Amino acid sequence: MSAFSAIGEDREIDQNEYTPGIEPQATWCPGCGDFGVLKALKGAMADVGRSPEEIMLVTGIGCSGKLSSYFESYGYHSIHGRSLPVARAAKLANPGLEVVAAGGDGDGYGIGGNHFMHTARENHDMVYIVFNNEIFGLTKGQTSPTSPKGHKSKTQPHGSAKDPIRPLSMSLSAGASYIARTAAVNPNQAKEIIAEAIEHDGFAHIDFLTQCPTWNKDAKQYVPYTDIQQSEDHEFDITDRREAGEAMYEAETALHEGEVLTGRFYQDDRPSYGQEKRSLGEMPEEPLAERYHDADYEWERSYDLLDRHK
Amino acid sequence: MTANELVWRIAGGSGDGIDSTSQNFAKALMRSGLCVFTHRHYPSRIRGGHTYVEVRAGEDEVKSRGDGYNFLLALGDSFARNPKEEAYYGNEEVKPLSENLDELREGGVIVYDEGLLDGDEVADLDERAEENGWHVYPLDLRGMAREHGREVMRNTAGVGATCALIGMDLEPIETLMEERMSGDILEQNIEILRMARDQVAEMDHDHDVSVPTGSHDEDQVLVSGSTGVAYAALDEGCRFIAGYPMTPWTEVFTIMSQNLPDVGGISEQVEDEIAAAALALGASHAGVKAMSGSSGGGFALMSEPLGLAEMTETPVVLVEAMRAGPSTGMPTKPEQADLEHVLYTSQGDSHRVVFAPGNAKEAYDQTRKAFQIAYDYQLPAIVLYDQKLSGELVNVDESFFDREPNPSLGAVLSEDEIEDAAHHASGKFQRYRHDPENGVSPRTIPGQVGGRFLASGNEHTPEGHISEDPHNRIMQVERRNRKLESIRADLDGRENSNQTLHDPTDGDAEYGIITFGSQQGTVEEATDRLVEAGHDVKALGVSDLAPYPEDEVAAFLESVDECLVVEMNSTAQFRGLTQKELGRFGEKLTSLLKYNGNPFEPRDIVEGFEAAIDGGDTPDENTRLVRAAGD
Repeated sequence: MSAFSAIGEDREIDQNEYTPGIEPQATWCPGCGDFGVLKALKGAMADVGRSPEEIMLVTGIGCSGKLSSYFESYGYHSIHGRSLPVARAAKLANPGLEVVAAGGDGDGYGIGGNHFMHTARENHDMVYIVFNNEIFGLTKGQTSPTSPKGHKSKTQPHGSAKDPIRPLSMSLSAGASYIARTAAVNPNQAKEIIAEAIEHDGFAHIDFLTQCPTWNKDAKQYVPYTDIQQSEDHEFDITDRREAGEAMYEAETALHEGEVLTGRFYQDDRPSYGQEKRSLGEMPEEPLAERYHDADYEWERSYDLLDRHK
Repeated sequence: MTANELVWRIAGGSGDGIDSTSQNFAKALMRSGLCVFTHRHYPSRIRGGHTYVEVRAGEDEVKSRGDGYNFLLALGDSFARNPKEEAYYGNEEVKPLSENLDELREGGVIVYDEGLLDGDEVADLDERAEENGWHVYPLDLRGMAREHGREVMRNTAGVGATCALIGMDLEPIETLMEERMSGDILEQNIEILRMARDQVAEMDHDHDVSVPTGSHDEDQVLVSGSTGVAYAALDEGCRFIAGYPMTPWTEVFTIMSQNLPDVGGISEQVEDEIAAAALALGASHAGVKAMSGSSGGGFALMSEPLGLAEMTETPVVLVEAMRAGPSTGMPTKPEQADLEHVLYTSQGDSHRVVFAPGNAKEAYDQTRKAFQIAYDYQLPAIVLYDQKLSGELVNVDESFFDREPNPSLGAVLSEDEIEDAAHHASGKFQRYRHDPENGVSPRTIPGQVGGRFLASGNEHTPEGHISEDPHNRIMQVERRNRKLESIRADLDGRENSNQTLHDPTDGDAEYGIITFGSQQGTVEEATDRLVEAGHDVKALGVSDLAPYPEDEVAAFLESVDECLVVEMNSTAQFRGLTQKELGRFGEKLTSLLKYNGNPFEPRDIVEGFEAAIDGGDTPDENTRLVRAAGD
């Protein structure tokens, strides 16, 4: 009998189960793209049938970090840029959990860039949603790693001299095994992509375009969009690294020229980090967290290691 | 310590096998029935650089490296291997000889490898030998090694020569070799060992250095402070460690990484120390006992997740193995100057529990306590020690480690218990309830039915939701503060205090010495010598640094007229902490400080104590007295 009976429980889930008694309007401005992420996440989780108690949602800091307050599950609202290391350890400790990490573009591509690179490389089995609105929102409108070159803000009054990060390309080269871009203005695609990311065994990175109507004034900045899977102009094999890379490069360049390309960009089925570690004998087959609830488990003692010290 | 002791120093360059040879020699002495203690000195270099290890052996318990040494085995030649002239400084080729003479006691023995080291190049070696009554034995150790095996086996020749000179049986060394070697390598080493022994046996020698005799009552194991920390973690059911390499923390990380997979645990070497500590939090939150750690520089990065652990009340144990700072400082040298860093880093009114064990056995005991306190009270606990304690080897009764495991997660509810636990009106689990008397609100583990909550680094309501409500804020702050009071009462109420009183005067002492962490054994040895010399003095090794053991330290300080505070830093951080926590005794406390990269030797403390009570300065430029405010 599992100590965690929510895990693997098979039942119909009503989306409202993910709604806590607290309203996102408390933080998010009217028209904010973050509402779209919340809605898509709820829809996707219900579609794949994960119950609120088997989900661990880890967030960073900023408007995006509040997601864990407005989504009912086990949550860990950590610190700026550090959601990934918290999340991936939770997954190793209990692989039964459905682990989702979320943060903004400053959080994920700036302060947490190092963790992003290494989590992708290690291919941890989890979903990572980056709310990309090309701005720092909660600190009131500073230039972010995804802001376009020339972007003027209070901290870069002469315009940014930096080219923006290419998040999809970065993710591919770091080693993510599922990479997609979607947008809050495209709710059906967003929901489908999140659901697909959850079912994917490996690190699934979603660059989620979220308009910021307050600090990036053009609230409709991601409309119109083109779904690359539906477009005859953008045919490529998402399991081919080189073709995917080219499609990403095109999409990242086009974004700053007014063309919004969304959809699935890359997928491969290499084993997740947990599988690799298990096959090397560096991780137990059974969830480690279960062991602490098994009264019959016989704990090894350091006393048995003393021979080498005699 | 009895008068008859062997302090054997093996010196050479990094890469000469100094460490492994000394470990085997120490083990052989231990197996011969002696008590042993090792002291390592090494530079931050892979090859070359002056390095030595001392093995001190005696009949009774050995608590410190002692003062100086009486047998030098000088090897070469890692110094000479770098073909770039400019990589040298000074005359490196003779460093194993020239750098080690100052500490050699009168009547001491020197064996050096004349196959690699030229004694004539060492300024005034003959004169000094004459003056100090040293017995010098140049031996072609390299030649012997070449003749019967390979050049690298010259260490073995040195050990064979040592055994002949101190009258030690080869048997324990040969047995150790048989345990870890086989085939040609084993045969060659034994051949070389015996050849060197025989060659020395033919020489005349009339020195007084000999192997003491000793006999343990119990089976012994040779362990370090890092072994103590790691084995305690294993016995407390810690099955997850995340880290980034940094000297000397790497020793705990390595021991854990080598053992965890065998017991179904997980070790993660990650991108940086922020990630390392954050991983430990993630694993702990998900229901696994977890630890991380680093040395000063890496711990600086951990101050962020440290605060997060405190705010989210996620249990975690962090190890901080101090070395000399600031910044990169002296990476392989000990210091105790991270005390304030560890006590106060992180923003806000944040709390952590800090233990500073005084020796390898305490490293074990107190790391187990650190896990118990962290998980029972849901906050970070830190084991603070240093480069000295991390690597020094000492013999401990095997039975010491014969303890029961304790995999308890502390205040965690099972699913059945959640049903009966406090919920609020909407049926939500109140993870952070205001009211528990000891401050600890039981937690749940993700995956459990009925226990959903949000762990937030923001201030939060009892349900975990972000809140800036003033009333809630006060209730949460006060509850978190209450935990510390409960922990102090809990620690005071336990049978074995973490503070170690050493009182050879049985309570009549006029003077006291207090210290913390790894200097404890050295202070105890110095105290014994002072009492033998007619002083009334006792010592207290303090291990609880936060929450501070006010009652125990105050009682000690009230019972003495004056007290010396011994610590390895230049700013008297431990004295400052003591005065801050107790709010008095400033007039009684004189600091004895050492911060030259080497730990105290007993004589430093003896001389410092005498200077402190007689007036004047310490006779040695390596230590410094800072007088009590009342003087």
